[in-house]
Amino acid sequence: MPPKRKDNVVIKVEDVGMDVDAVIDSGSEEEARRRAKNRRVRPQRKAKRVSDDEEDEDEEDEEPRRKGRKKKAKPRDSDEEEEEDSRSVKSKSSRASRRKAAKEESEEESEDDRQKKKKRGKGVSKQEKEEQNKEKKGQVKGKEGKDKGGEKDRKKKSGKFSSSSSSDSDSDDQSLSEGEIEALKEQVEEKKKQIATLRNKPWRIKRRLVILKEAQDFVEKYEGALGKGKGKRLYAFKVMMAKKWIKFKRDFENFKTACIPWERKIKDVESHFGSSVASYFIFLRWMYGLNLVLFGFMFGLVIVPELLMGLPYGSIPRKIVPRAEQDTAMDFSVLFDFRGYCKYSFLFYGYYNSERTIGVLQFKLPLSYLLVGVGIFGYSLMVVIRTMARNSNEGGDGAEEGEFTFSWKMFTSWDYLIGNPETADNKYASITTSFKESIVDEQESQKDENIHLRRFLRVLANFLILCSLGGSGFLIYFVVKRSQEFSNMENEDLSWLEKNEVELVMSLLGLVCPPLFETIAELEDYHPRVALKWQLGRIFALFLGNLYTFLFALFDEVTAKLESEKAIKNATEWALNQYIANYSSHYNTTNVPPQNVDPADTLRGPCWETAVGIEFVKLIVSDMQVTYLSILIGDFIRAVLVRYLNYCWCWDLEAGFPSYGEFDISGNVLGLIFNQGMIWMGAFYCPGLVGLNVLRLLVSMYYQCWAVMCCNVPHERVFKASGSNNFYMGLLLLVLFLSLLPVVYTIMTLSPSFDCGPFSGQEKMYDVVMETIDKDLPSFIGNIFVYATNPGLIMPAVLLMVLAIYYLNAVSKGYQQANLDLKKKMKMARDEEKNRRNNKDSTNQVMKDLEDLLPDKSLIPPPTEEEPPPPDVVIEKGSKSPKIKPGAAGKGVKLQKDVSLAATNPRAPVNRAPGPRRAPPGNARGPQPGPGRGRGRGGPPRQ
Amino acid sequence: MGNKQTTFTDEQLEAYQDCTFFTRKEVLRLHGRFRELAPHLVPLDYTNNPDIRVPLTLIVSMPELKENPFRDRIVETFSEDRQGNLSFNDFVDMFSALCETSPRELKTIYAFKIYDYNRDNFICKEDLTKTLNKLTKGELTPEEVTLVCDKAIEEADLDGDSKLSFSDFENMISKAPDFLSNFHIRI
Repeated sequence: MPPKRKDNVVIKVEDVGMDVDAVIDSGSEEEARRRAKNRRVRPQRKAKRVSDDEEDEDEEDEEPRRKGRKKKAKPRDSDEEEEEDSRSVKSKSSRASRRKAAKEESEEESEDDRQKKKKRGKGVSKQEKEEQNKEKKGQVKGKEGKDKGGEKDRKKKSGKFSSSSSSDSDSDDQSLSEGEIEALKEQVEEKKKQIATLRNKPWRIKRRLVILKEAQDFVEKYEGALGKGKGKRLYAFKVMMAKKWIKFKRDFENFKTACIPWERKIKDVESHFGSSVASYFIFLRWMYGLNLVLFGFMFGLVIVPELLMGLPYGSIPRKIVPRAEQDTAMDFSVLFDFRGYCKYSFLFYGYYNSERTIGVLQFKLPLSYLLVGVGIFGYSLMVVIRTMARNSNEGGDGAEEGEFTFSWKMFTSWDYLIGNPETADNKYASITTSFKESIVDEQESQKDENIHLRRFLRVLANFLILCSLGGSGFLIYFVVKRSQEFSNMENEDLSWLEKNEVELVMSLLGLVCPPLFETIAELEDYHPRVALKWQLGRIFALFLGNLYTFLFALFDEVTAKLESEKAIKNATEWALNQYIANYSSHYNTTNVPPQNVDPADTLRGPCWETAVGIEFVKLIVSDMQVTYLSILIGDFIRAVLVRYLNYCWCWDLEAGFPSYGEFDISGNVLGLIFNQGMIWMGAFYCPGLVGLNVLRLLVSMYYQCWAVMCCNVPHERVFKASGSNNFYMGLLLLVLFLSLLPVVYTIMTLSPSFDCGPFSGQEKMYDVVMETIDKDLPSFIGNIFVYATNPGLIMPAVLLMVLAIYYLNAVSKGYQQANLDLKKKMKMARDEEKNRRNNKDSTNQVMKDLEDLLPDKSLIPPPTEEEPPPPDVVIEKGSKSPKIKPGAAGKGVKLQKDVSLAATNPRAPVNRAPGPRRAPPGNARGPQPGPGRGRGRGGPPRQ
Repeated sequence: MGNKQTTFTDEQLEAYQDCTFFTRKEVLRLHGRFRELAPHLVPLDYTNNPDIRVPLTLIVSMPELKENPFRDRIVETFSEDRQGNLSFNDFVDMFSALCETSPRELKTIYAFKIYDYNRDNFICKEDLTKTLNKLTKGELTPEEVTLVCDKAIEEADLDGDSKLSFSDFENMISKAPDFLSNFHIRI
């Protein structure tokens, strides 16, 4: 770059060139004088075009970088910026760079060193620009343009004045052309952006105020001219709308964050128990949000339409309690089992009518029911996967988990919002805990192990756990089978225990097994984090096994019900035929009125869907009871006893055996996940289940928050289950998929009950969709549907997807590789740097080996003895003034070249010594040695 | 809060809005808060830009800063005379940089300044030790402190000079997940 510049200087066109540049770029320099001058200069432009182009090229090089930086610096302005970008990307950035350069200069002189340092990254280009400007000015004004602060700007302007004797008065007199108005607009736009970005600058506010004033003066001058433009109103409107939009967006964001509930509760828990316990509550909150949405779907599209527009209770057989049950239908024990009125209410599948459309709106309830049932899965899948994707992005841009554990803890763990002494104390405690945690973590990773004994113990532990898993599965199967026997017996003969055996056993297994596993896991002596994962995996297997055993048993029941239903269906049909035959023979007419039977007396089938729904609801309720009771007894009562009996006990209860409970994260998380799985499975057969779950989660939130704060103690050693919530999310996704299977299976294969539910009378549930397509949509859509479901089309589509997956997988692998390479390079550069500092031979193993192999190793020492001085000098200076630091960084970058050289030439370490020394002179090219060195920071690598 | 016409001219308010992340109302509220700290020092009328500084001891008694372990450093960083005395401009500047809307880059710069206790433009081991002791109220043993400081430097120091330069710091902070949410004071 500099050489070119020099040429320009020599031919003395740079001043002109710069101005012409402004016109070509539909100049956005903010000074009217310059523009006015341009007009005068225009005739010369063609002649100087070549040199201009050169300049443009130079500027283009820097453009992307600069733009990127700017965007980052003020995302809020991105709208405005984009608007502008479309008009003149190039001009803006080139202008901006110059403008900035000028500012930079003044800033660097008036501001302290720290701010300079911040600019290091972009420093070089700007500095060079600046130097160019200075040189130009030097040419024009015949003097060195090194002045202080804001004066700089003024000097520049005056320089312009001197070079072109025309000034504002000229331009104001002339009427403006279209193009000029455009240019003007851009300038104003530019100006505004500058004002907008001002607040992002790390300068003292005094300085910002001064600059603001200058900028505003410019704008004022310009806006008068802008008034003459035709599009003024539109322009003003646009600007206003952009502002409003930004404001609206910000308000909306604020609103959204304000809507997130329980922030304080979770923060409290967090400060007491660390982030891992809080992560359970955050997960619980997330789950609550998800369930609220699901409930919204269910409630808005299925329950409310049926209640408002469907037939009222008692109008048809499926909506009334059978005569035989009516006496006991309101008994609490019956209702508590979800029979009686509960069973024949909107809570369950059977209540819904199969009429194609209901109400004045012609709402297609059966279709809506099916779509919501499937849509719940679709929505959940989407949300879970989206959350997972977002979580994986949050890991930071390429930062490895644990790369900055300590520094992050040190610099970002204090919450500046804390203003309450108690919370502050909690925060101190939690920070201390987290540091200790990390220290333990660090030491843990360096521990040696006795492998043989441990292996044996681990195998033993796994064997024990497998046994208990198998046992629990068998127990459930046994119990479910027994309950089927019970269900054939009379209801009155059974005790409460026998009726609720299945649910009880499942809940108890869920309660007993996890602690058992934990005890067994003691044998294994894993690192706590690994142990937690194993524990999670085992409990997961337990729950999954239980759930699926339960499902299989349920399927047996369903097939039995289907059999009995067939018989009842035949019986009702036969009865109907009989009635018609009787009626017609008796009254001798073919016009038979419908049978006049009270709906409560009608013979009806078992309605297996409702039965399944009831099973799920009972399961959820008993799960809830067991969980809450175990918290009450296992945590609260225990805490009370330990606390108060401790005064009169023979050993220390608090420190000794019972102690206070700890919050069982893995068990709770998995409980939540499986609860959700049951909701997903049961929601199709019991629309009210989602509502119930919303309630349950709400209660859980408050109850568990209270319990954890009042009766649990923080874990002695807290470890996060994993870096992010993605571990939980992955489990949730798996459960979602597993609960999707049975539901889809029943929808696709089993035929719905003939006399209850929205699909009664259909052969299969999905026939509703076919019916809608046939009857309500134009025929061509039906045709399209037929074609689309053609195997000939589906197969290629699947094939295409598989290929796409393969391709994307390959691409991602490639990126990963590239990432790894880059990391390796960074590490190498870092090692080299360290090595240089430590004044040692290369740390690079390959290079070391090569050096060892060299026969003339004796030749190396002399140069290495020479090496010491440079690092010492650098370090000394570095500690004194930051200015030298940039130079060091420059070396650091340059190093990479050396490293690559070194790989081919083992003697490179020797040759490298002069490198660092060479750097400062190279940088000293600038006019002033002091700041020049500072600016030259990034210089070497880019040339 | 007083009458805005008498506290600031419209022009001043506009300027503050352009130079900070605050709205007009917030600037006025800030002035109210500032005046609350030292009613006898700070005049109601700011139209002629009086050069009045409020000492550090008064500033750190604000509830927003009272519990912050780095309160003294924050105030010192933003004070123009580096002694911790804040003029109203500095005061506004401080809360502007720490407010929710201020961008990550700006916050990073000020965070670096705050954690750089000895103002040598590097975060060295001393600074880290001080930071750590303030964060944990000195509850870690000296060995633990040393270990943590060494680890922190090892992690974040890219150029191997055993102290963190701004670029090291920036690189580290830019990847931190909760820097933005935590480095934030609501006024």
